[in-house]
Formats: sequence, C-alpha cells, structure tokens
Amino acid sequence: MMKKTILLLLLVTAQISLLHSQEVSVLDFQKFRPYLEKNNDTTYVINFWATWCLPCIKEIPYFQQVNDNYSDKKLKVLLVSLDFANQIDKRLKPFIEKHKLTPQVVLLNDPDANSWINEVSPEWSGALPATVIYNKNFRGFYEKSFTYNELEQIINQRISN
Amino acid sequence: MKKITLSTLFFFSLITLVIAQGYQVGDQAMDFKLKNVDDNFVSMSDYPDAKGFIVIFTCNHCPFSVAYEDRIIEIDLKYKELGYPVIAINPNDPAVSAGDGFDDMKKRAAEKEFTFPYLFDDGQKVFPVYGATRTPHVYLLNKKGEALKVAYIGAIDNNHQDAASVSEKYLEKAVNALLKGEKPAVEFTKAIGCTIKVASK
Repeated sequence: MMKKTILLLLLVTAQISLLHSQEVSVLDFQKFRPYLEKNNDTTYVINFWATWCLPCIKEIPYFQQVNDNYSDKKLKVLLVSLDFANQIDKRLKPFIEKHKLTPQVVLLNDPDANSWINEVSPEWSGALPATVIYNKNFRGFYEKSFTYNELEQIINQRISN
Repeated sequence: MKKITLSTLFFFSLITLVIAQGYQVGDQAMDFKLKNVDDNFVSMSDYPDAKGFIVIFTCNHCPFSVAYEDRIIEIDLKYKELGYPVIAINPNDPAVSAGDGFDDMKKRAAEKEFTFPYLFDDGQKVFPVYGATRTPHVYLLNKKGEALKVAYIGAIDNNHQDAASVSEKYLEKAVNALLKGEKPAVEFTKAIGCTIKVASK
C-alpha cells in the first residue's frame, strides 16, 4: 500500500514538473545584457526568435538538437523570445510545452528596440531570426536561418573542449 | 586586356555591393510601378503635387505590421494633406509567406479601410533595391526637383507593442522636420520585425 502511494506520488510529481516544464523570465535589455557578456570557457548560442516567426520555428529544432548533442560540452543554448509580453501564457508557454523545448527560454520585453539592437550587434537590422554565437575568443552574429549542419560547423570550429 | 577584365569585375562587384546594401539616407530612390489592391498600378510619378512619400514595406501576416496598421492609417491621414502620403508595399513572396497573397492584401485593406495604396512587390524587384530587410520598414522620401531623396530609414516609433506608450515618434518627427525645410535630427533607426520572405533558391 505504502509503496503504491509513493509510486503514485512520484508519478503525479513527475507529471506536474512536466506540465511546468520551464519558467520563462521576462527581461528588459538591461537585465538581458549579461547573457551577451559572459567571459568563461563556455560557448553561448543565443537565438532570437518568436512563436509567430515562421523561419524561426523552422530552425528551433536545430537549436534543440545542438543543446542535446553538446550536453557534455561547455556549450549553452539560450532561446530569446521576442513575442509580445501579453502572449506569454497564450502562445509562448504552450509552444515551449508542445515542442518540449529544454534550452532556457527568456522573453526579451523591451519595445524600444532601436535603443538595444546595436548592442546585440551593429550588423543586426532587427529582422528575426537572428543568432549570436560567442565565447571569450570569438563572437559571430548571423541574421539568417540556420540548418543544423551550419550551426554544427560554426560551433565545432569555435568550441573549447 | 587583363586590366579591363579586372576593372570590369571590380565594377560589377561594386554594383552588387550597392544593390545588396540598399539605400542609405541621402541616396536617390527609384520610382516603381506596382499593382495596388484596387487593381490599378501606382507609381510615385502619379503624384505630381506630393512633396515626398512615406514608403512602408509591410505585410499582412507579421504581428509587428499588424500592430502598426492603425498608426499607419493615422500617419497617412495626417501627412498626405501636408504633401507626404503613405505608400505601403508588401514585399513578401506569398509562396513562402502564408496570408500575404494579393487577395489576402485586398481583404485586409478592405477590413481595415486602408486610406493609402497597398501595393504588391510582384517578383520582389523593389524591396532589394531599397534594402528593406523586415516588415514594417520605413523609407521617407523627399522630393528635390525631379529626384526623390531618402531622408529617413527605420522604425515608425519606439514602441510596437503599445501605441499609448510611445515616447519617440521617429517617423513623424522626420516628416515634421522636412515640412520645416530641415534635415531630420534622427535619420536612421532600427526595429525588430519579420524577415522579408523570399523563396530559397
């Protein structure tokens, strides 16, 4: 009996944690900036996207794949959503759950984009998707859609083991 | 002979470079002839009395474009009286951008009662010359004699999410400067937007 209860409890907890797969922090650019400025051995793959952006959604699985395939490497994938802040519960969270996204997702909610786009990269026109790949020795900015192979190629060249 | 080939090559690569980068403020903009949602073709030369144009690359599907629809109507109503009408252009290839076909454009223009022409960049010949990369993307043009000079490139204002929270109306300020015969203080801004959809080759 006791064993059964514990099992049930475990199952329920597991399910709850699945449902609440991920909390999404909402950040303005000031609070987000540190993610662009880490200075350590990790390589950061930061993808700017939104649930309504078709080319973004097409490439999101590749970022998930990078996240999974490099889990034993010093690499971190961060998905920066530019969804409208009032859509977080209606669109963003359901999307994360549906696609079982495991990389960290943050919502960058800072509508005055002209004030911060250049700080992400002067090369960025503001179009989505866009990706920053950086570590302490390298910084690349890409206003384009990626294939998995393209991502892998850049990462393999730059990652420190 | 070699010299000629090299300089020709250089010349052509220069041309591609210029085309790829699009217009900068101060450049002369080209006119276009594109089909409007009323099935008539529209060119800027059709407006001999205009002092300039507010050319906005925008579309149906993009939430940033949708968020700005009402503001674009307001800007058109305010500034066409003053000589700067809005001309909206959908640059997307409908084959790869659901909801951005010519019939969708007609429907949206009717629903929202657009007060301005909403043109279709059929064949995507215009937006690359201007250098538009996202929707919405504004090019404010000012007539100097026969020429149309680019006076401002960028965002409409500094809050796409909420018109009530806007603190900088970049586009309106730029037009106001032109109306006073001045150069806009801010000539270039950036904004988040949807990429212009092009079928991959």
